[in-house]
Amino acid sequence: MKADITLDLRGTACPMNWVKAKLQLEEMSPGQVLEVLLDDGEPIRNVPRSARTEGHRILEVKPEGEGFRLLIQRGEESDEPLATSE
Amino acid sequence: MPEKKPKPRKKSLPAAKAEELKAGGFIPQRQRGMITVRCKAPGGRVTSQRLRKIAEVAEKYGQGLVHLSVRMSPEILYVKMEDLEAVVRELAEAGQEIASCGKRFRVTTACGGCEYNPNGWTDTQRLAQEATRRFFGTNTPHKFKTCFSGCPIDCMRSREMDLGFQGMVEPKLIPENCTACTLCVRACQDNALRMEGDLPVRTWENCISCGDCIKVCPFDAMVAARVGHAVYVGGKHGKHPHVAYPVAQFVPDEKVFAVMEKTMEWYNLFGQRGERIGDTIDRVGMGSYRAFLRDTIGEYLIPAEDLRLPKWRRIFWRGVAEAFPDYEAGADK
Repeated sequence: MKADITLDLRGTACPMNWVKAKLQLEEMSPGQVLEVLLDDGEPIRNVPRSARTEGHRILEVKPEGEGFRLLIQRGEESDEPLATSE
Repeated sequence: MPEKKPKPRKKSLPAAKAEELKAGGFIPQRQRGMITVRCKAPGGRVTSQRLRKIAEVAEKYGQGLVHLSVRMSPEILYVKMEDLEAVVRELAEAGQEIASCGKRFRVTTACGGCEYNPNGWTDTQRLAQEATRRFFGTNTPHKFKTCFSGCPIDCMRSREMDLGFQGMVEPKLIPENCTACTLCVRACQDNALRMEGDLPVRTWENCISCGDCIKVCPFDAMVAARVGHAVYVGGKHGKHPHVAYPVAQFVPDEKVFAVMEKTMEWYNLFGQRGERIGDTIDRVGMGSYRAFLRDTIGEYLIPAEDLRLPKWRRIFWRGVAEAFPDYEAGADK
């Protein structure tokens, strides 16, 4: 699967990593794919959950080096108020 | 100059009068003729309208001060005894009822639960409102405190309650959805999951039913097979703390009130006046209490052999197993 945009969020702590990913997703169109590089631990536990809560789809989670590579597909626009799990 | 200490009451209220006041949720203060009025807020939930009324009454009849009690009740301070009737009437205008103290079923406390807290598995708020509606004020040999925690993080400290309920979940793997991403294994803090080939495998005796593996799974491969309550009995804090005993697991919502009712029934049968239920259990025996519950929740009682599993030893009552070996003997009954 080819990503449209890649964000390297290694070294960025929660919840800023999700804030950055979320802002990026908001600039993308539904169906586009964002690739995110994340640290192990809290980041990989929290970011996928937050993304799902806000209506995006996780396509892939793969260990890569010390961390993870995550593919998030931008969800449809929603009028629902956004929630985070942080 | 150091601040002057408030003078103690010159003459204390007659004990009977003080007890009567406390039954009604009115707590005599150190200051003569002054009363603290404890407002009822099951689960710590108050509408903004009621909160405004409490504030209004605190300003009109008190000193504009409210203390949030350790069990989530807003308490209006410095109310004059002669104003109590007016205070109760005015609070009632906004539907604000008075709580209670003393030897009875107290207002049930609760966390946010599954209604709005991302961690909660059980609907603690609904259950706390309903438990309070059904049982509030029921007389017992000593105070009887209950709570609902939505998950094993146990913010409400169910193990310090006379009868505590704590949400728990049984995870189930749907292998065809699993992508072997290993997030569930990494999320588990209890060594209950490991990868075998391309699938996570569970060591059930380590699993504390927190559901972290379910929450972390991005592919709906780990799901909730069933949700229920762990039941703890006999906990208390205070001068002589007692950690509660685990009694049952995965008790469904529809059995919760029966457990409360039967527990108070047993406590009223065997408890001595002024004795908390934990002490009654230590004196009369866990076997007696468990036998009393058998008809109601027999299938959910934790078997004695389960109490020896790491999950109960390490997490739910670490240290207690060693201190109270008799409990296991009682649980065999």
